[in-house]
Amino acid sequence: MDPRVLAAMQPYFFETYGNPSSFHTVGMRAKEAVTESRKTIARLLGAHEEEILFTSGGTESDNLAVVGVPRAQRKALQEKLGADVKPHVITSSIEHHAVLEPLLHLQKVGEIELTILSVDREGMIHLKDLEAALKPATVLVSIMTANNEIGTMEPISAIGRALLVWRKEHTTPYPFFHTDACQAAGVLDLNVEKTHVDLLTMNGSKIYGPKGIGILFVRRGVKVEALIRGGGQERNIRSGTENVPGIVGLAKAFELAQEERETENARLIALRDRLVAGLLAIPKSRLNGHPIERLPNSANVSFLDIEGEAAVLYLDAEGIMVSTGSACASLSLDPSHVILATGLSYEAAHGSIRFSLGHATTIEDIEKVIAVMPGIVERLRQMSPVNLDMKYFL
Amino acid sequence: MSDTSSSVVITPATSTAHKGDVVGAGQAAGKGWFYTDTVKEHFFHPKNFMEDESAYKDAAMGMVGSPACGDAMKIWIKVDPATQRITDLKWKTFGCGSAIASTSMMSVMVTEDGGRTLEEARKLRPQDIMQRLGGLPARKVHCSVLGDKALRAAINDWYRRSGLVELIEIELGRIIDPETKVTDHDIEEAVLDGADTLEKVQAKLKVGIGNPACIPEVEQLIRFYKEKFFGA
Repeated sequence: MDPRVLAAMQPYFFETYGNPSSFHTVGMRAKEAVTESRKTIARLLGAHEEEILFTSGGTESDNLAVVGVPRAQRKALQEKLGADVKPHVITSSIEHHAVLEPLLHLQKVGEIELTILSVDREGMIHLKDLEAALKPATVLVSIMTANNEIGTMEPISAIGRALLVWRKEHTTPYPFFHTDACQAAGVLDLNVEKTHVDLLTMNGSKIYGPKGIGILFVRRGVKVEALIRGGGQERNIRSGTENVPGIVGLAKAFELAQEERETENARLIALRDRLVAGLLAIPKSRLNGHPIERLPNSANVSFLDIEGEAAVLYLDAEGIMVSTGSACASLSLDPSHVILATGLSYEAAHGSIRFSLGHATTIEDIEKVIAVMPGIVERLRQMSPVNLDMKYFL
Repeated sequence: MSDTSSSVVITPATSTAHKGDVVGAGQAAGKGWFYTDTVKEHFFHPKNFMEDESAYKDAAMGMVGSPACGDAMKIWIKVDPATQRITDLKWKTFGCGSAIASTSMMSVMVTEDGGRTLEEARKLRPQDIMQRLGGLPARKVHCSVLGDKALRAAINDWYRRSGLVELIEIELGRIIDPETKVTDHDIEEAVLDGADTLEKVQAKLKVGIGNPACIPEVEQLIRFYKEKFFGA
């Protein structure tokens, strides 16, 4: 976490610990802090204050959006199209589990009809596929702004515009457009007037803010059914006493990230491109994700004939922390659903490694990775009985 | 290897033991590392791995797994025909830290103290290897189950090459997944061990991960053995 964020949060653990729903002085001051934070976030998103709902994080915001919208629209939709019509939702195969899992659940219990769009080899969604999937019952489209594993940035503004056109041509308020922007909050302009999104998920942990806090932007007029009921906080859509220090920290972190976005992006892009060039010099390697339309802070590379977790452990021994799309590093036995969705073979997915760059990453760190990685790959390949053909990358 | 290096990113599960973990002294010490010191030693300094195959062209060989399912192992053995003891074992493994460490440890166990006889080596179980490693986290056990299968395949190969075909032992039961060589007997054992869903059986055996075509049969067997043993 950024120390400036911690400093902003600190008073709200001690002096101003009050419950914002209380009428005493500390409570009122806590309420003011929540209001100010909401204003800051709204301004940075180009949104109205009351369009910002605070939640416990990205997972809750995603759940609230993809479950809450179809449920809230069900009745109106059925009055319009017939009692046997189910709300239809379109999403993509590379979404975060926080979007895919609740949608798959709703599909399983028969609440919605679900279309999962596939992506191309670079992890990109094609607008024409999305347009082909639209129908009168489509109440929600949920496409992430940028992918957390392979860094591909999706054509969010183009999708937003296409959906506006579709609604106009069909004189319907549907579909609403949700995007999970957690991975992009520090690197892209998230102005909702430019992207035409109706709902947007963002959280604190990816922007050097606190964990356990997130927002869901909900455009005026878009109905969302509550998942958590109780005291009626957050316009009765998300009950529960506000996490005041978290809210203040999230606003501060978002503010800093957006202020420093352009200088930090320029710095990270230079580092990232140096890293990718260095890693691709290793034989039988491949960059996953889109070569150009990608986040400045990530590079995902597959190495054939080795298994990702083994490489992660060797890198860790060198003081370099990375993650892998290999099955062995996950709770399931399957390699990353994102890497597989881009059409890469299981063999190559097991050998994928995600390098994430951040504020603390220096050119020395990058040069160190480039210096040690060839030896690690070479050693693991010596130990490996596998010698796969490059066709596993095709 | 410095113990101060953080393992936050690579160890989504904590060092706290989970239900079913084979816990060893290294883990009980509460270190941040996911693996015991013995596992790390064998992973970072593997013993007996095959560096030069040219001297092993005529050695008996066994291979199991595939890179698609995340683990593949190849084992070469040299046997003293007079004593039937394994004097040398070399290996290559494609897999995670546990897979590499397990194969390395197996190579030590089979060749130490003058080497095990083929009969003794055949009886080696994954549990024995894990014990010597000081334990593996429960969800990593599946990474260590291929080594003994590869060893038995190499032993059969040695008998074949030595003209002792009558001593070849086909894996107990019928092979369900040709890639992992998992048999119906393996699935029976897994169900007896408490794995009552496909996911749990796969966590133990990796069956069908790289070869999903066999999954319907696996599911059928799980149902059959559940009814047989637990009447449900």
